[in-house]
Amino acid sequence: MIKDVVCTFCGNACDDIEFEGDYGRNLCPVGEAKFARKERIKTPMINGKEVSYDEAIEKAAEILKSSKRPLLYGWSSTVNEAIRLGVIIAEKLGGIYDQCSSVCHAPTTLAMIEQGIVGGTLGQAKNRADVVVFWGCNPVEAHPRHPTRYSVMARGFLTRGRSDRRVIVVDVRKTPTAYLATDFYMIKPNSDFAIFTALRSIVNGHEEAVPDRVGGLKKEELIELAKTLESAKYGLVFFGLGVTHTRGHERNVEAVIKLVQDLNKKTRYILQPMRGHFNVVGSGEVPAWEVGFEYAIDFSRGYARFSPGEFTAVEALIRGDCDAAMIVASDPVAHFPKKAVERLKKIPVIQIDPHPNLTTKIADVVIPTAIVGIEAEGTIYRMDGVPLRVKKIKDTNYPTDVEIMEKLLEKIVR
Amino acid sequence: MIEVVVITGRTTDQGMTIDEKLSEAYMKAVSFCEMNEKDMEKLGVKDGDRVLIKNELGEVVLYVKKPEMDLQPPEGIVFIPMGPYANRIVGILNGSGTPQYKGVKATVEKTDRAVLSVEEIIME
Repeated sequence: MIKDVVCTFCGNACDDIEFEGDYGRNLCPVGEAKFARKERIKTPMINGKEVSYDEAIEKAAEILKSSKRPLLYGWSSTVNEAIRLGVIIAEKLGGIYDQCSSVCHAPTTLAMIEQGIVGGTLGQAKNRADVVVFWGCNPVEAHPRHPTRYSVMARGFLTRGRSDRRVIVVDVRKTPTAYLATDFYMIKPNSDFAIFTALRSIVNGHEEAVPDRVGGLKKEELIELAKTLESAKYGLVFFGLGVTHTRGHERNVEAVIKLVQDLNKKTRYILQPMRGHFNVVGSGEVPAWEVGFEYAIDFSRGYARFSPGEFTAVEALIRGDCDAAMIVASDPVAHFPKKAVERLKKIPVIQIDPHPNLTTKIADVVIPTAIVGIEAEGTIYRMDGVPLRVKKIKDTNYPTDVEIMEKLLEKIVR
Repeated sequence: MIEVVVITGRTTDQGMTIDEKLSEAYMKAVSFCEMNEKDMEKLGVKDGDRVLIKNELGEVVLYVKKPEMDLQPPEGIVFIPMGPYANRIVGILNGSGTPQYKGVKATVEKTDRAVLSVEEIIME
């Protein structure tokens, strides 16, 4: 039996998986699907024709070197060691480094730059939290073991599980997570900023400034919610893309950061974004310690510049700035808005990934690799920034992302 | 035709099929929308029928799915799982770098047009 395997699907990065042959104990349905056998990209390809790894890497290097401003995008489903090499390659090429956060929690990064964040780890949720808020997130479907392992039912040093916790769910629709709630508040879309601001007014003693209704909630409901928040001995606010993907984006996150700062004048509170992929935190942390920024980084002037809205992948593609792209451990063709995908279809695209996906369909050069956490080991950051070592539990003939990045870097600086 | 606000997001089925995007299971997981029963009545559609959702960003044909248990969205809100179908009609840019994937206005009408396959939708 192989113990303490880290699941490499979502930001929970559950590190208590046990493998007996192909059977993995403790996996959630999504984790089970992750570890199940599925179709792979069989060999490297250039324009759909099977080639050797050397030929594919040579061609990839040629495309990147002849490009004026290549986009190097993805990274959230690989290890920090590969990301580090990716950042160096982007710098050598004078290209753009961007990662999955730019269509996800990048507004959280922006808000943290402006406001800082009262943060902690998931251990605080498990061991201390007596009021847990899920705002614009649906862990039952997106982070299935989060409630049992860390937040709702988890038993810790100072908590005895569900009976000790008040669970608040705030969303624009009833999700399965709402079934876990003590109190469920249904709000109107695009009203998060207004509601956070109203709650801050109440917490700061300016109840009279709050109108009768805000974002679909009655004033009485807002007061009740504020009182519940204040009643915590140790509160925790988890928030998801319901906050970052709606109108207001980083301003919404700034508002919830300020609400948590205000609550800290009365009791203890921390804030935690529900990060999606198992190493999306690493795809921001690694460039941050390499070149100072987390995403939307341009090296065209020979040094790193950060400008969201300018160097974020979607805008850079739509504007037509990038004349080639390398996609590592991600599928932007499935997840970018249509206009950005149209640009990707026009330029040479290199894909590095274990599985065939929609980006494979438009890629000129395809390089299959080992699956991180199953066939390749390395370091990742869990959603709360805790570094974990993911394991190799199966042998493979596929090279790892790190091996491909090393060879590519060698060819680029040669 | 009715006016709605479109919300997108992850679902368990989308997560389970994410590494198999060229499979039927993935298409099934991302090519539908959920709406309130009253909105379904207004449009004259039932579970499995098709609707055309349109706005200034584009248009997409999706299956209508009656939500399980009491999980139907409120009236005027349509939920679509994140993916290539939803991305035809969401993703407003506003300078922050992160497209607006949720809370996007659109119209919905009943249609006889076919739902495209995943490959057709990206190659169209």
